Amino acid sequence: MSSPATSSFSRLEGILGASAISAQTSDCAQYAVDGVVPSAIVRPASAEEVAEVVRFAATEKLALIPCGLRTKLAIGMPPARYDIALDTTRLNGVAHYDPGDLTLSVDTGMTLTALDRLLAEKNQFLPLAVPFFEAATVGGTVASGVDSPLRHGYGTVRDFLIGAEFVNGAGALTKSGGRVVKNVTGYDLHKLLIGSLGTLAVITRLNFRTFPRPILRRGFLAAFENEQGAFALRDRIFSSVLAPSLLEILSPEATRILFGAGSGISSLLVGSGSWQVCVGFEGNQEICDRYARELSRMAQETSAHDGLLLREAQFAALAEQLRESISLLLRTSPLAVVFRFNGLPGQSAALLRALRSFAASSWIPSAVVLRSQGALYLALLPAGKDESLPKQVAYFWKSVDSLRAKLEFHATIPFCPSEWKRELNVWGISRPEFTLMQRVKSALDPQDIFAPGRFVGGI
Amino acid sequence: MNAALIRELESFLDAGSILSRPEDLVLYEYDGSVERARPDLVVFPSTKDDVVRLVNLARKHDVPIVGRGAGTGLSGGALARAGGIMLVFARMNRILEIDYENLRAVVQPGVVNFDLTRAVEHAGLYFAPDPSSQKACTIGGNVSENAGGPHTLAYGVTTNHVTGLELVLPSGELIRVGGKLSDPLGYDLCGLFVGSEGTLALVTEITVKLSRKPEAVKTLLAVFETIDDATETVVDLTARAITPAACEMLDGWTLCAVEDYVHAGFPRDSGAVLLIEVEGLAEAVHSQSAAVEEVCRTHHAREVRVARDNAERELLWKGRKNAFGALGRLAPSNYVLDAVIPRSKLPRALRRIAEIGKEYGLQVGNIFHAGDGNLHPLVLFDPRNEEEFRRAMQSSADIVRYCVELGGSLTGEHGVGMEKSELMPLLFSDEDFALMRRIHDAFNPDALLNPGKIFPLGKGCGEVRIRPQAHAGTFA
Repeated sequence: MSSPATSSFSRLEGILGASAISAQTSDCAQYAVDGVVPSAIVRPASAEEVAEVVRFAATEKLALIPCGLRTKLAIGMPPARYDIALDTTRLNGVAHYDPGDLTLSVDTGMTLTALDRLLAEKNQFLPLAVPFFEAATVGGTVASGVDSPLRHGYGTVRDFLIGAEFVNGAGALTKSGGRVVKNVTGYDLHKLLIGSLGTLAVITRLNFRTFPRPILRRGFLAAFENEQGAFALRDRIFSSVLAPSLLEILSPEATRILFGAGSGISSLLVGSGSWQVCVGFEGNQEICDRYARELSRMAQETSAHDGLLLREAQFAALAEQLRESISLLLRTSPLAVVFRFNGLPGQSAALLRALRSFAASSWIPSAVVLRSQGALYLALLPAGKDESLPKQVAYFWKSVDSLRAKLEFHATIPFCPSEWKRELNVWGISRPEFTLMQRVKSALDPQDIFAPGRFVGGI
Repeated sequence: MNAALIRELESFLDAGSILSRPEDLVLYEYDGSVERARPDLVVFPSTKDDVVRLVNLARKHDVPIVGRGAGTGLSGGALARAGGIMLVFARMNRILEIDYENLRAVVQPGVVNFDLTRAVEHAGLYFAPDPSSQKACTIGGNVSENAGGPHTLAYGVTTNHVTGLELVLPSGELIRVGGKLSDPLGYDLCGLFVGSEGTLALVTEITVKLSRKPEAVKTLLAVFETIDDATETVVDLTARAITPAACEMLDGWTLCAVEDYVHAGFPRDSGAVLLIEVEGLAEAVHSQSAAVEEVCRTHHAREVRVARDNAERELLWKGRKNAFGALGRLAPSNYVLDAVIPRSKLPRALRRIAEIGKEYGLQVGNIFHAGDGNLHPLVLFDPRNEEEFRRAMQSSADIVRYCVELGGSLTGEHGVGMEKSELMPLLFSDEDFALMRRIHDAFNPDALLNPGKIFPLGKGCGEVRIRPQAHAGTFA
């Protein structure tokens, strides 16, 4: 790793102030990405200061990784170079909030909890129920591309991010989109930033459309002996007129983890050792009653062996566990590997069957969360350290490719032990469109200073 | 146009697929905007291979190329501003696949928007983006412009309904981005290409989401004595977080013109009406329509009429969707703006628009997507009267500038095209343009595709290509 000359950092100190920069080893270790430790951490206090830092990095040819509270920095490949951690947490203000227009513009380092409090005052919210919620920033949430159980009813970030400001690789503060809910002026560059892991730009500000908090939020749980029953209910809901806010299927292992002792929802567990279908719905009493009736009927028709309607507080507790499902799965084993698949709803039963059979043959315990229409998280959860583990995981990962002839899906590994990434390409197979992504990368970050090597296709 | 190029074209396109006579070309110098620019040649590819060959040929001869669907666009996006070859997708109009299980359709770019809905409605499905021109406009054009429509208030614009594209780049490469899957792997290239106004690539195939029709629909017509009451109603609906599927406003003057033409049953003596549609579960429709009605009454609606049946509902929508046509009867030409403002600022925006109209001595009508703040002031003028045309353009620019001052944007659904390119500096800095130009050049480095669009001529790409006589009506 390069180690920038102290003199050049003192130039940066001159601009940002000494307190905004740290090169202490213990400090830097906190910002390691896949074991790669930066030489310095900078904490700019404004978008202009971010631009200064980026211009400095570009001039000195230093690699820079933007970060918030660092809960999702493990996503991606290890950085090819990493000199500066750009901590965005001091950029945490509200630039603009027009509750009457349901639009909001906040700085990138604002935490989701602070944002949630702000919106709650006006009885609004953003459907960003993402893992590590308690310690996540808005910018990190958008840049990491993590999804939320609420995507079933509200869509993903791309559906409600209406604009952004960001510093590109030339150190210029630029923008795309705006603060209005409908806008086709100029290229939609802000969409490129979603899930880009900081490889294109440093996000400084994000504009969203906000949503009214529903009058009531309720839920329904149905337990099934096997996954066929769970899929039957899910498909029944898909093809009905119901439009739930969330719809997830949990494998028996995932059910045990999410509903386990201390989860706060263990008492809600209906039918232990079974597949759970979790449904969330919202509206006024009349609407919620209709959901309750229809869901109970559908569960009966699909032979659920149990069903439970959830009151407001019960559903809130369940929704929190579902929001945190990835972090809860990771917590069960220090060697946990979380795979993410994005498939077609019509193929998810076949995909699930194949993946579970691969997992079974690896002898590593696994758990599955199926989210909304086509997202599927599978966690391999090794019980203890075993030298053959990396090989088994690599074999599992290779087996996945054999499914591509019959099934359409993307597969990635958002979380796994860093050292295993030497053997595993967490982005899966290469795709022709990656060449176009290279062009996008070169346009935004011509000197390749932002998080080099972490993204798809070696970007 | 050079003879060698035409000879090469004839080697793979039949004579009926190439137009070169001036009397044929003149039909393609217009779209739905007030702009004009004539192509040197119009071609009709039938396959993606034709498109690749055309692009390669254009590149070889250094002739610009512009894609076009039905030419209903309202910003000059599908005009050959720098001349060259216009590539019309009318014959690539097949629906290639309907995947009912996964709610996707794969279509060629020339498929007419409403034809897709017609093809799937037997299964209770539809294609959600619904521009007013949906019975004529193509999905390829919708993708280019990221088109909207009345119901995008609840369901989003075109980009929210596209998951995959097959593209031909100016280099002649044929490449797919995305597919049927809901999430991209890597950067969201679909999100970049949708709405790029044909300046980055030509689209030869589109994968779209299909939506399920709601269980219940209720259409309300709220009649107000004043425009202020109607706009205040929209502000209040938004603030109370009542989101109908559509919330359209027509001012009283416009209503009379529409009523003369469509006979939709609109009042002739009102200040404005709101056409509001609520959709969803029967219970939700019931409570939402009651809430809508209450807000309308609070703001002095003199009548809130509910369409009794589908026929009445369709008639009301016919009135809305044919409004621009109706106004065509009142003046030789009209100019439709497309600015967007925060909904909380609707009342003052409408007041200012009326003032600007008065200041310039022009009639300005308003028919627009009030629910998402997407204004469509419509300025009537006679293009044969140069002085009046100039006033129309100046008043339009004033309106757009005012909307930007309110925190708004230049265009909500029509695109920048050649019409609003000179106003882009109101929103974007030199640094923003430099970045957009780098993105442009990453795919279209020689400005072979659709030159002279989006970017102001002084800050654009391939500006040397622009023929000075080509842009008749650009305002500044």
